[in-house]
Amino acid sequence: MPKVIGAVTVDAMRCKGCELCVVACPTHTLALKSNDVNDRGYHYAYAADMATCIGCAACATVCPDACIEVYRVIEK
Amino acid sequence: MTPEEIINPANRVYARPRLLTEANTHYCPGCSHGVVHRIVAELLEEMGLENRAVGVAPVGCAVFAYNYIDVDWVEAAHGRAPAVATALSRLNPDNLVFTYQGDGDLAAIGTAETIHAANRGENIAIIFINNAIYGMTGGQMAPTTLLGQKTATTPYGRRADLNGYPLNITDLLAQLRGTCYVTRQAVHTAAAARKTKAAIKKAFENALAGKGTSVVEVVGTCSSGWKMTPAQANDWMAEHMTEHYPLGDLKNE
Ligand SMILES: Cc1ncc(C[n+]2csc(CCOP(=O)(O)OP(=O)(O)O)c2C)c(N)n1
Ligand code: SF4
Ligand code: SF4
Ligand code: SF4
Ligand SMILES: [Mg+2]
Repeated sequence: MPKVIGAVTVDAMRCKGCELCVVACPTHTLALKSNDVNDRGYHYAYAADMATCIGCAACATVCPDACIEVYRVIEK
Repeated sequence: MTPEEIINPANRVYARPRLLTEANTHYCPGCSHGVVHRIVAELLEEMGLENRAVGVAPVGCAVFAYNYIDVDWVEAAHGRAPAVATALSRLNPDNLVFTYQGDGDLAAIGTAETIHAANRGENIAIIFINNAIYGMTGGQMAPTTLLGQKTATTPYGRRADLNGYPLNITDLLAQLRGTCYVTRQAVHTAAAARKTKAAIKKAFENALAGKGTSVVEVVGTCSSGWKMTPAQANDWMAEHMTEHYPLGDLKNE
């Protein structure tokens, strides 16, 4: 079975910590940094468990600030 | 494979659209305006309309849309975007002319301009963000506010006997012979946002093909005005707004 492996990057400085990507992610890959804020004071999103990412881009599709880039490879 | 190996331009399936400027938007966290801006920027890029598109910005939270999407824009007086768009598209028939308007802009102060532009069948695309409130001015009741919904000016909830009924203006626009495509969409989930993208694409294609007026209502949220978190606002929208503003196509000719 080919395996889909994904990865995301989050523009932490642009992120407003709205959490919509966290809610949209089907694999619970993303979380908000609870102990850190960016320059504008937001608890920004990050990939807490990148190994679970399937590169579906649901997070990027709901992000109001276009902070997320998505990568995907299919491993044969 | 490690994330470092995967994160490589050759494997990229989604990137920030090039037509979004570097500016951080002034929108509140989670605001639906941001999602719709991103979709519009993606489409203008994918459809090769960068040098042909002219947007008409509203008065409302989206008043600075021209700072965020890097195409030509005209800023209209409150509610007058469809009238400005009429002139733009008649004088420049080769351009894609679209308006971007909130519910206060489109369905309150701009009702006459909206209805008459659509009734004349102007070759424009109208993108209508219905968040059931005046977001920009601090969350007052809009014509679209639901019965029972609390706002700054209906602190005990909207009452039909005092405030009238929620205005479903998109239903009215679908009745007019000048409209060719009227649809109601949302952006609260990835699937919904993808449908909204397909709908705005169709609206742009119709305007370019001279088919008349297309209206894409996006039932959105205003978490600040509604006094909820963005995630709660999305849930509230899906549970309550879609009852009075059901999603789907109203007209597709
Ligand atoms: C002629 C005029 N009347 C009133 C106002 C005040 N005003 C500014 S924005 C707005 C309503 C905006 O609501 P909406 O169109 O729903 O946009 P939102 O901020 O919710 O996206 C009002 C009444 C104004 N700027 N100009
Ligand atoms: S690409 Fe899909 S799986 Fe990966 S973080 Fe985003 S939503 Fe989650
Ligand atoms: S959706 Fe975007 S802005 Fe909101 S938390 Fe996620 S990355 Fe940040
Ligand atoms: S006030 Fe409402 S509509 Fe305006 S930016 Fe904030 S959330 Fe968006
Ligand atoms: Mg509004």
